[in-house]
Amino acid sequence: MADAILAPSRRGFLTAALLAGGGLAVEFSLPLGRAQAATVGTSAVGAFVSIAPNGAVTIVNKNPEIGQGIKTAFAMMIAEELDCDWAQVTAVQQADANPAIYGPQGTGASQSTPNNWLPLRRAGAAARDMLVRAAAARWGVDPSSVTTAKGRLSHAASGRSLGYGEVASAAAALTPPDLKTVKLKTPAQFSIIGKPTKGVDTPRVVKGEPMYGIDTRLPGMLYAVYEVAPANGGKLVSADLADAKAAPGVKHVVQLKGVGPIDALVDGVAILATNWWLANQARSKLKLEWDLSAQKGHSWDAYVAKAKTLLAEKPQLDLIRSGDVEGKLASAAKRVAAVYEIPFLAHATLEPQNCTALYKDGALEVWAPSQIPAGGKAQISKFLEIPEDKITFHVTKIGGGFGRRLRNDYTVQAAAIAKAVPGVPVKLLWSREDDIRRDFYRPSGWHGFEAGIDANGKMIAFKDHFVTFGKDGKSAMFANMHADHFPYGIMPDAAVVQSTLEIGVPIGALRAPVSNGLCYAFQGFLDEVAIAAGTDLPRLLLDVFAEDKLVGEPDQPEKAQTAFSTKRARAVIAKAAAMSNFTSKPIAPGRAMGFGFYFCHNGHFAEVVDASVKDGQVSVHKVWVAGDVGRQIVNPMGAEAQVRGSVLDGLSQALEGQKITFVDGQIEQSNFHDFRLGRNDRNPAVEVAFVASDSHPTGLGEPALPPVIPALANAIAAATGKRVRTMPIDLSALA
Amino acid sequence: MKFDLTVNGRKRTVEAPAEMPLLWVLRDELGLVGTKFGCGIGMCGACTVHLGGKAVRSCQTPVSEVGKGAVVTIEQVGASAVGAKLQKAWTELDVPQCGYCQAGQLMSASALLAQKPKPAREEIAEAMNGNICRCGTYDRIFRAIELAAGTGGKANG
Repeated sequence: MADAILAPSRRGFLTAALLAGGGLAVEFSLPLGRAQAATVGTSAVGAFVSIAPNGAVTIVNKNPEIGQGIKTAFAMMIAEELDCDWAQVTAVQQADANPAIYGPQGTGASQSTPNNWLPLRRAGAAARDMLVRAAAARWGVDPSSVTTAKGRLSHAASGRSLGYGEVASAAAALTPPDLKTVKLKTPAQFSIIGKPTKGVDTPRVVKGEPMYGIDTRLPGMLYAVYEVAPANGGKLVSADLADAKAAPGVKHVVQLKGVGPIDALVDGVAILATNWWLANQARSKLKLEWDLSAQKGHSWDAYVAKAKTLLAEKPQLDLIRSGDVEGKLASAAKRVAAVYEIPFLAHATLEPQNCTALYKDGALEVWAPSQIPAGGKAQISKFLEIPEDKITFHVTKIGGGFGRRLRNDYTVQAAAIAKAVPGVPVKLLWSREDDIRRDFYRPSGWHGFEAGIDANGKMIAFKDHFVTFGKDGKSAMFANMHADHFPYGIMPDAAVVQSTLEIGVPIGALRAPVSNGLCYAFQGFLDEVAIAAGTDLPRLLLDVFAEDKLVGEPDQPEKAQTAFSTKRARAVIAKAAAMSNFTSKPIAPGRAMGFGFYFCHNGHFAEVVDASVKDGQVSVHKVWVAGDVGRQIVNPMGAEAQVRGSVLDGLSQALEGQKITFVDGQIEQSNFHDFRLGRNDRNPAVEVAFVASDSHPTGLGEPALPPVIPALANAIAAATGKRVRTMPIDLSALA
Repeated sequence: MKFDLTVNGRKRTVEAPAEMPLLWVLRDELGLVGTKFGCGIGMCGACTVHLGGKAVRSCQTPVSEVGKGAVVTIEQVGASAVGAKLQKAWTELDVPQCGYCQAGQLMSASALLAQKPKPAREEIAEAMNGNICRCGTYDRIFRAIELAAGTGGKANG
């Protein structure tokens, strides 16, 4: 049961090879069978782990690092089972896109940790097993009598010992063990996993060494901008490129025809110059005429008006329905109703989208800050008609992801521009304005809630009319609500009904996608219900989750531990309430606590915000976070950082006025003056407690974010009596 | 136009339009890519460098205004005692998440400590307020500056 998450299809496969200059290189193929993996061949770079004759260990990180700390966490998992000293790990290299060797390489949905927790440890353990057998052979003893610790092999009976590097080349000649049966450490034996560990890239980051996509430099490289329509889907009708071509430093101006969907290539004009600033300056010289008719009417104000109409009409679709919610609402002693609104949001990764590409002799090489490198490679291949085996896709360090780089539009653009100028390396870089205006936005949404409370103060009915984006009631991706979302499986008499409006602007995943909006609305409304019922939100949730239940395909063994568990929910709710001494009463004039809970990305999180409101300013004094991400925190130093970062991210969404609006598809915001990010004057105390459960370790990039938003909104309501039903928070209404 | 600059202790001559920001001279003409582009309007601080010992936003500094002032970037800040101490503190507390803003953060912090070796927290907050960290590493930044300055370094939690 404990290891059930590793489905048989994910079983790995291992090969070993001699490292150039002696030493062991272990290659570990995650998803494929022996025949396919064998064709890839082995090299030091392609290996997960290699040990040099001097004992230095190099580990290859398979998934993109976007700031979530996976490069360090993965290396820790491998090094732990290899049983080397962490100081022996002298290099952690970033893998190119190569799913044939590395398996799925995407960074998203907080799934890197749960999906690789066992496979990567098995790879490390397999390498250790080979080293043990090599030492045993050298000493002529039984492998079971050889022990390892801190990168050394010992034979206690004879007092002999060897460093890993001394037998690494002999180990490379041995047959790797079966990954299914290779022995893993027990948690009590861990010496690396669970220890606060500094980021493997930090020493280079603080020196400003070139690592990020934007830092890529190639001999003879030109710098590119790509001008596109001011509204999504705009078609280039006519283009006069003469003045731009004559601008200082400009070497090429290339018109490109859009192919495929918007996250492939859209109509546009590339300007290539000797530096980026000159290329960007030349944009004002372009004379372009666009057909923007496809976006006519796709305006924020129009969406709001249409949503209000839909909320008042008959819902288009039943998403969740159980019992007799209408009957229970009619007979309830008390009814609560409210409408909540969620805005569109941009990602605003601090490193703007960029990609460097070189197309030469029919082959393409790209350097991309991509969260989905294999997807990017496939997209380039499909839409630019370059065979995948002619594409080398390097993954750079990434200056923030937040889900933006799950789309490879900028990658395909760079490749298309490079293909137009064969032999010339091209670095495409978006300006901040490009970045804010060409995003795949977190979709807006509206919730018309109703709840019924009986005479004993128990919530007996719950209904949500969710107005979102899609067609004929069916939601678009990332504008959806999961079918097993609350109240499904929890409330006997409940319904979620849905209506949709057609979307014009591109939408996509933003850190804790779907959940980041739903949590605020649901937990905000449930706070209102709790107050109406004469209780508080944590008590109401403990009552609603009183019975032990697993929701979300728990009948599938591998899903059981990743399902929503009322038991795990109660544990974090109780913990957060206890650590904060939660009270729903104001703790001082204008100062109160607010509560929020959510389950997403396999993590159960409850959070409490202590905030005060004075003269239209909100001060957040402290945030308490209780989270269950399984039985083991891989790197406590990274975990604390992820939680604190998630909390600040959520607070910024609510308090910085973050909202994307548009008129006829043209985005009205453009840079950090009108899409603000939080600064260092909001740095509340954050107290984090991880509540261990008997579940696999799961990811921490996302699940700590959603609850902080309703916790803040609920604190403001408790402090001021003013309920926040629209995000971002309108501070002028609190003055 | 030709400009003679002193960058990280070296004389460099660049050919560029007078209004071209120092940021792009450093990144694209001199290959010093440690200095980062974030917004281009002086709102995020990712492009912070030292000019004559002061922290400036290189995206808002035309190359024609650099003059004879010494330009120091993240690549060279470790050569000063203050810069080296800050880099050590940054590493010790593992400040970066994605790390993209941290060059700018370190340049702002080193300009502050060079001028005021033991700043109060409010002074740190003010000096660093122009540097955005999208990942939210502010608490560790405060602590790292205080650690380097020898004035604290305790977590806010």
